[in-house]
Amino acid sequence: MTLSLSKDTIQVTKEQDVVFLKNRVKETAVKIKMGLVNQTRLLTAASELVRNMMRYANGGACIIEVVSSGRANGVRLTFSDSGPGIPDLDAAMRDGFSTGKSLGLGLPGTKRLMNEFNIKSKVGEGTVITIIKWN
Amino acid sequence: MDKIPILRLGAYLLVSIQVDLYDRLALTLEADLVQMVNKTGAKGVLIDISAVSIVDSFMGRIIGNIASMSKILDAETVVVGMQPAVAITLIELGLPLKGVHTALDMEKGMNLLKTMIGDSSGEEDQETDPDYDDTIA
Ligand SMILES: Nc1ncnc2c1ncn2[C@@H]1O[C@H](COP(=O)(O)OP(=O)(O)O)[C@@H](O)[C@H]1O
Ligand SMILES: [Mg+2]
Repeated sequence: MTLSLSKDTIQVTKEQDVVFLKNRVKETAVKIKMGLVNQTRLLTAASELVRNMMRYANGGACIIEVVSSGRANGVRLTFSDSGPGIPDLDAAMRDGFSTGKSLGLGLPGTKRLMNEFNIKSKVGEGTVITIIKWN
Repeated sequence: MDKIPILRLGAYLLVSIQVDLYDRLALTLEADLVQMVNKTGAKGVLIDISAVSIVDSFMGRIIGNIASMSKILDAETVVVGMQPAVAITLIELGLPLKGVHTALDMEKGMNLLKTMIGDSSGEEDQETDPDYDDTIA
């Protein structure tokens, strides 16, 4: 059972919002005393997902939560947008797949960096990605 | 708009990134550095990232781009001071920064650059190196 202990929603539509979001994620990780390497993994993942949201969906929202499951605390981030959606999720999750002429490592790399990774996407409706890093 | 200063020291260009790079800053640095290498004919580029706590795939790619474009212009790039947490994260992300040389600190980075470039300026060892005499004999 994963319990949510705190919840904070941040709208992301411009570059300053991105900086603000990253700072909030960092504060949250520090607050629950997440180790440095995990903090770095979490912030890097957040950086990848917020960039995707800006680039492919013109922005969206991110919910930052402190979650608890038995002995562990963690940070859960939920990125949701109402962009075009991802037609082929299997392809998008493959290393090197990009429709944006970039490295295609954001989604598969984020999955490797996180303890939990969940993606839902529907063409014409949008994309929701949830990640958890336990400290 | 913010800019990251590029210092010129003889045949080298030195950059110390003191803030976490956001996209536009990174792109500006890439363009400025490549232009500087071209204009000055620099032989080596040293990039200190010891103050950088996050390198994602976008910034990793820019570092890689700087190295590969400099290489085309005949300059070597060394990245120094990467935090261990950043190095671990980059590997897991799947971006091991191929083709980018790394060193622990500025001094080691500078030595590495000198070795790669075969710099003889201000140093006597090449003159006194017997192999050197052989090759010109
Ligand atoms: N929020 C999103 N909305 C729509 N498409 C997305 C979104 N995030 C990712 N994608 C799609 O998934 C692909 C892979 O994303 P990613 O792994 O981050 O690599 P990259 O961003 O380098 O292309 C993108 O090229 C894009 O087509
Ligand atoms: Mg991406």
